[in-house]
Amino acid sequence: MISVKNLSKNFGDLQVLKNVSLDIQKGEKVIIVGPSGSGKSTLLRCLNLLEIPTSGNIIFDNTDITDKKCDINRIRRRMGMVFQNFNLFPHMTVLENISLAPVMTKRLSKEEADKKAKSLLERVGLSDKANAYPSQLSGGQKQRIAIVRALAMDPDVMLFDEPTSALDPEMVGEVLEVMRELAENNMTMVVVTHEMAFAREAATRVLFMDEGHILEDAPPEEFFQNPKNPRVKEFLSKIL
Amino acid sequence: MFDFFKEIFDGFVFNFIEGDRWKLLVDGLWVTLKITGLSALLGIPIGFLVGLVRAIEERDSGKRKHSFPVKCLFKVLDIYVTVIRGTPVMVQLLIINFVVFVGFDFKMLAAVIAFGLNSGAYTSEIFRSGILSVDFGQTEAGRSLGLTSAQTLWKIVMPQAIKNALPALGNELITLLKETSIVGYIALIDLTKSYSIIQSRTFSAFWPLIAIAFIYLVLVVGMSKLLNIFERRLRKSDKR
Repeated sequence: MISVKNLSKNFGDLQVLKNVSLDIQKGEKVIIVGPSGSGKSTLLRCLNLLEIPTSGNIIFDNTDITDKKCDINRIRRRMGMVFQNFNLFPHMTVLENISLAPVMTKRLSKEEADKKAKSLLERVGLSDKANAYPSQLSGGQKQRIAIVRALAMDPDVMLFDEPTSALDPEMVGEVLEVMRELAENNMTMVVVTHEMAFAREAATRVLFMDEGHILEDAPPEEFFQNPKNPRVKEFLSKIL
Repeated sequence: MFDFFKEIFDGFVFNFIEGDRWKLLVDGLWVTLKITGLSALLGIPIGFLVGLVRAIEERDSGKRKHSFPVKCLFKVLDIYVTVIRGTPVMVQLLIINFVVFVGFDFKMLAAVIAFGLNSGAYTSEIFRSGILSVDFGQTEAGRSLGLTSAQTLWKIVMPQAIKNALPALGNELITLLKETSIVGYIALIDLTKSYSIIQSRTFSAFWPLIAIAFIYLVLVVGMSKLLNIFERRLRKSDKR
């Protein structure tokens, strides 16, 4: 579904991604872990071109999205993204946040979008917040709304950029719960996270990144029990 | 005691009622309001566009290469803001009236252009900082949902930018109103200039000056009240 070929990304003189290649199949839940500054967020953000790669290609459903002629807005409508800082629109109610994109991109009429938003809100247990503003919500609620906002576009794949890192420990669970439910419903997911327990139970593959390279790419059992790369062993021994 | 009040009353009658001199104040006030209003109508759109372009320039700096004509536009706008902010509005007014429009009698037009251009430069900085004050994550969230950059700008960034810019914008309008008091130098008879006409007939400085100060004060207080109401309306999403 997504195929990354020889991807490099430089920020000035700093090379953050070094010739990374990666294939993600439909229905996979790929979890990317690694130390800060290893390039995992940059890799994720390249997948929907929030960062423009310096070189290399990204193929999404037979379309090369790094091609200048590619209409990236059309591609992004099929890729949901969830940010560490939620990035809800503070001047809109929860309902407006969710139905904005489906209406603006003419996917749904206003009524259809509102109806869909309400049913999604019910799914994450936040129906009573439809008319609240983001400033009235807790971090966990905000992140659940942000997930719903991305889901309202019926994406084929969901990208999560450290979705629980800005949350109080108490609120991490409710967000992971929503992500777990998504995973069970066969959503294709790429998740950058530090939540190892979540990686262990929800992932179909775990990637370890360090200094712009993918050092390990294995199913969770193998990754946690029997990592091949010594750098991964060291990392796991420090955090587990 | 009675004499004191009588003196005040007589002074008032002599300065404003006799010879219908209050009409001079009304005429002057009308000129002041006309110049202020038309300058704002010219200056705010200029400021909005210039500020928008300069904010985009700043946001893109280092991220994207611009074509030559676009770079020229950036440079021209930079010179415009630098020159207007670097010279007194009085000098600008005199240049437009006595240099640009030399040989013509376009006093009113000269005043509106001078104050419009001047106000445009200042409001452009207000809009620029307002736009840049909106977290870039908002733009990323909009774009990641598949909205175009224009849709993201109008629906997500601008409403927040304008809310942030409003207090400074109100300040600029108040400054504009008071700065028009120099148009007497190009022989326009505004509120301030009407003082000298009354004074030349009554030989009293006290009454006309106090009256004019009072009228300016009432105008400014009224403007701040209106702006406050407007700001409060925009702030409804901040409630917790």
